[in-house]
Amino acid sequence: MQLEWDWNYTLDILPVLGQASLLTLKATLLGFALAATLGLVFALLRMSRLAPVRWSATSLVEFIRSTPLLIQIFFLYYVMPEFGLTLDAMTAGILALGLHYACYCAEVYRAGLDNIPKGQWEAAIALNLSPYITFRDIIIPQAIPPLVPALGNYLVALFKETPLLSAIAVLELMQTAKILASESFQYTEPITLVGLYFLFFSLIAAALTRQLEAWLNTRHGGAR
Amino acid sequence: MTQHDDPMLRFDKVSKRYGQHTVLDRLDFEVARNEKVAIIGPSGSGKTTLLRLLMTLESVDAGVIYVEGEPLTHMPQGERLIPASRQHLSRVRAKIGMVFQHFNLFPHMSALDNCTEAPRTVLGLSKAEASARATELLQMVGLGDKLEHYPGQLSGGQKQRVAIARALAMRPRIMLFDEVTSALDPELVGEVLKVIRQLGEEHDLTMLMVTHEMGFAREFADRVCFFDGGKMAEQGTPQEIFGAPRQERTRQFLSAVLETRS
Ligand SMILES: Nc1ncnc2c1ncn2[C@@H]1O[C@H](COP(=O)(O)OP(=O)(O)OP(=O)(O)O)[C@@H](O)[C@H]1O
Ligand SMILES: [Mg+2]
Repeated sequence: MQLEWDWNYTLDILPVLGQASLLTLKATLLGFALAATLGLVFALLRMSRLAPVRWSATSLVEFIRSTPLLIQIFFLYYVMPEFGLTLDAMTAGILALGLHYACYCAEVYRAGLDNIPKGQWEAAIALNLSPYITFRDIIIPQAIPPLVPALGNYLVALFKETPLLSAIAVLELMQTAKILASESFQYTEPITLVGLYFLFFSLIAAALTRQLEAWLNTRHGGAR
Repeated sequence: MTQHDDPMLRFDKVSKRYGQHTVLDRLDFEVARNEKVAIIGPSGSGKTTLLRLLMTLESVDAGVIYVEGEPLTHMPQGERLIPASRQHLSRVRAKIGMVFQHFNLFPHMSALDNCTEAPRTVLGLSKAEASARATELLQMVGLGDKLEHYPGQLSGGQKQRVAIARALAMRPRIMLFDEVTSALDPELVGEVLKVIRQLGEEHDLTMLMVTHEMGFAREFADRVCFFDGGKMAEQGTPQEIFGAPRQERTRQFLSAVLETRS
């Protein structure tokens, strides 16, 4: 079979795909911001002194982790309106991505928090620091830097799952490419371009993560 | 409420158990204002537990600890004592500072920031006030030239001196030292003991020190307490304990310690 690449068509669709890629980036960044914040909240709730709080947080995390993201996206978009919560497709998509990955981030944070030596908590008590200050100034600043590589992996994973939002017709890259292709019956160019786009940004994200990690490692005199 | 003739510290029949194992057994123990007490005894006799109860790192199972006449982990409600609220705990705990065997410095903060963190966030000092106080203390422990160093860039002895300055920055009335030289190379022990000696001489501090440095206990302490199996087996002046111990257990312990040292 002869593979044909139509450069004119490629130039035609580039601006449209460019527009759509902004939506993909937006979904990724907002989704990940939500995941990173909510994940920390989940991890802290799982450390609560109150057993019911711990138990609820753990169950929620396990539940979300054990069901497919696609179903969660459908649920937020199609089922929540039954409960009086109507979301536009983009919002539902970002919420679903954020919530789903928050549960993976929560596990990462938990490992990081567990790694803080007991002596740090005890020094904080001996200095009479409040629990809030202890977390803010002592625990979080030590727990997060070693987690950057793991969190970076989830950023890339979340990014690569944004095409799932095409299932609720968010006009992100994949959905746009599908529409273009079905109009022109030329699949090669749009789908390839989308693939290249994901490859390119995944590589950039990985490189940035490594940079950030290296920078974090050289602070504090290089020694912990 | 606080009476001046109250002892600085009073343990009233304090017990601590881990599961079936009784670590402190109905301990009665008093420490006077500004008294320097050395606590010695074999491994597992409950010395660290005693300090950790005072620092509220562990909770008592029975009995009450009083600090200047005020219950530490309890508070009065009418006639009875109920478990203390967080505010009460925090207020009484503010009188106590602790230095740990393994320093427990905050590795992501410079020596100066280690010493300003609590004064700023707990006492509400301004950055300038806290820095001035911390700088003065770090100079006192001989680290005036290491303010911006991180713990990872300091020797063990230097770390322990930062830890002492960090505790002092909160202006405690009582200082607890748990084997603060045990994790140090022998040549670094002296610099830390020197700081502690100076503290005792120049400040109004009640000091409780768990130590295996018998020489230091002998010259520094007003009173030496020998713990064995969760009880205070014997106490007295350093002359009494080291010169003429009454209990057989104390004699055995001291001769064993002195043997391994020589
Ligand atoms: N968190 C804990 N859980 C269970 N047992 C404990 C715990 N902490 C201490 N113990 C036990 O309590 C006893 C007293 O411990 P403690 O640390 O007070 O002894 P110590 O006199 O300080 O000994 P050392 O000289 O070895 O430091 C020991 O038998 C110890 O095993
Ligand atoms: Mg001990």
